[in-house]
Amino acid sequence: MVVQIGYFPGCSLQGSSREFEQSLKALAEKLGVSLEEIPDWNCCGASAAHNLNNELGLALPARILIQAERAGLEEILVPCAACFSRLASTVHELNKHASVRRHLADVLGAEYGGKTRPINILEFLGRFFPEGQGPEVIQPLACKVACYYGCLLVRPTEIVGRDRPEDPQEMDRLMSRVGAEPIDWAFKVDCCGAGLTIPRPDLVARLSGAILEDATSRGAQIIVLACPMCHTNLDMRRADIERFTGKRYTIPAIYVTQAIAYALGVPAGELGLKRHLVPINLEKLRAGDAGPASAPATSQ
Amino acid sequence: MSSNPSDPLADQVFQMTGQSVAKCYQCGKCSAGCPLSSEMDLPPNQILRLIQYGDPGLDAKAVECYSIWLCLSCHTCSARCPQGIDLPPVMDVLRQRSARTGRVHRQARKIVAFHRSFLKSIRSHGRLFEVGTIASYKFRTGKFFQDLFLAPRILLKGKLGLLPHSVCDRKQVRRVFESTDE
Repeated sequence: MVVQIGYFPGCSLQGSSREFEQSLKALAEKLGVSLEEIPDWNCCGASAAHNLNNELGLALPARILIQAERAGLEEILVPCAACFSRLASTVHELNKHASVRRHLADVLGAEYGGKTRPINILEFLGRFFPEGQGPEVIQPLACKVACYYGCLLVRPTEIVGRDRPEDPQEMDRLMSRVGAEPIDWAFKVDCCGAGLTIPRPDLVARLSGAILEDATSRGAQIIVLACPMCHTNLDMRRADIERFTGKRYTIPAIYVTQAIAYALGVPAGELGLKRHLVPINLEKLRAGDAGPASAPATSQ
Repeated sequence: MSSNPSDPLADQVFQMTGQSVAKCYQCGKCSAGCPLSSEMDLPPNQILRLIQYGDPGLDAKAVECYSIWLCLSCHTCSARCPQGIDLPPVMDVLRQRSARTGRVHRQARKIVAFHRSFLKSIRSHGRLFEVGTIASYKFRTGKFFQDLFLAPRILLKGKLGLLPHSVCDRKQVRRVFESTDE
């Protein structure tokens, strides 16, 4: 039986992080979930909107929620952690303040009715890939992984509502289930530098460099994450990080959807892994003949 | 949603975000956990202290500082605040007053230029056009050579689309920008 759920891809999943969408769709098919894209969705406004204009920062996500409601979608999967945060914060504000809701209704020509709820990738996986059920693990990930949650899968706590905001375990448990060994490390909820990646790559290099250093020094072979912004900083900014730290890091970063879809039998070639700048060969990792120590220096 | 920009900042913060800065008793946990506090001219707890007074001169100091633009809205401070103050929305109010009154700290101009380039793309297309946003940022800042060596690799990997995706109802998106004064 196929279950249907609303889907908000956001700009990154159809732009620089297309491999996140590609692997999510392959995984959803394995899990028997059909993703119903919100018609004519717009950008959530990201950091730029709420930094410069809080009204715009609420109006852009509100339009997305209204589009979803019009299409009869009650739950919408928002895989990008940053888009999820904007949508969930907007729902929180609109439910709390009737005056804000009415004001935005004037701006948008329609009012949010409170029927649509965004869910993030961890909630989605918890629900549709529950423990002890679902498809069998065919290609166990047999390697050490550092589960990187970043900021917006765990914070703000009153909106995301996780029980262990400083040491979340959901992704770690998922990784154990697909045969990987999650490591205990100190940077799983630290910030990568986010949207400063273009105006201040030097600061991103400092913050993301600390994440790579801790994961590597504790023996992780892959970083697993669920945010396009974090992926950009940990993968695409590798040259800046290496210039800043004076060290070379070969540890790849992959999306949680790529990791699970692979374990459930989706061929590595269908997961968009080739789009990453830091090369990753999951077959080799499984065979156990490549680790961060023995891998050749690969980033530029 | 709107409030008078001549009001004391603390009042404007309360009206726009429901956050009461008076609750802060200066324990400093926000600054201890902030990933960028070492780069800041004023640590987050001191920004709250400045606006607690309701004094126009001290408000101006907060609005003109560099820190408000370095804040990543990572919410580490809010998660650890014993008084339950959610600082990033407070920073949003300060940033908006700073940008709207033309008092952005000199060192933060590149950061604001990037935000503006991003919003310009959303205004035109309804969705982010990454190449267009980067081009617009380069024109605003003169940083023509930044990431030039990265560009061909990213394009070959198919990571950047050369053409924008657009929302069908672009007029409505434009109206949203106009009615929110952006």
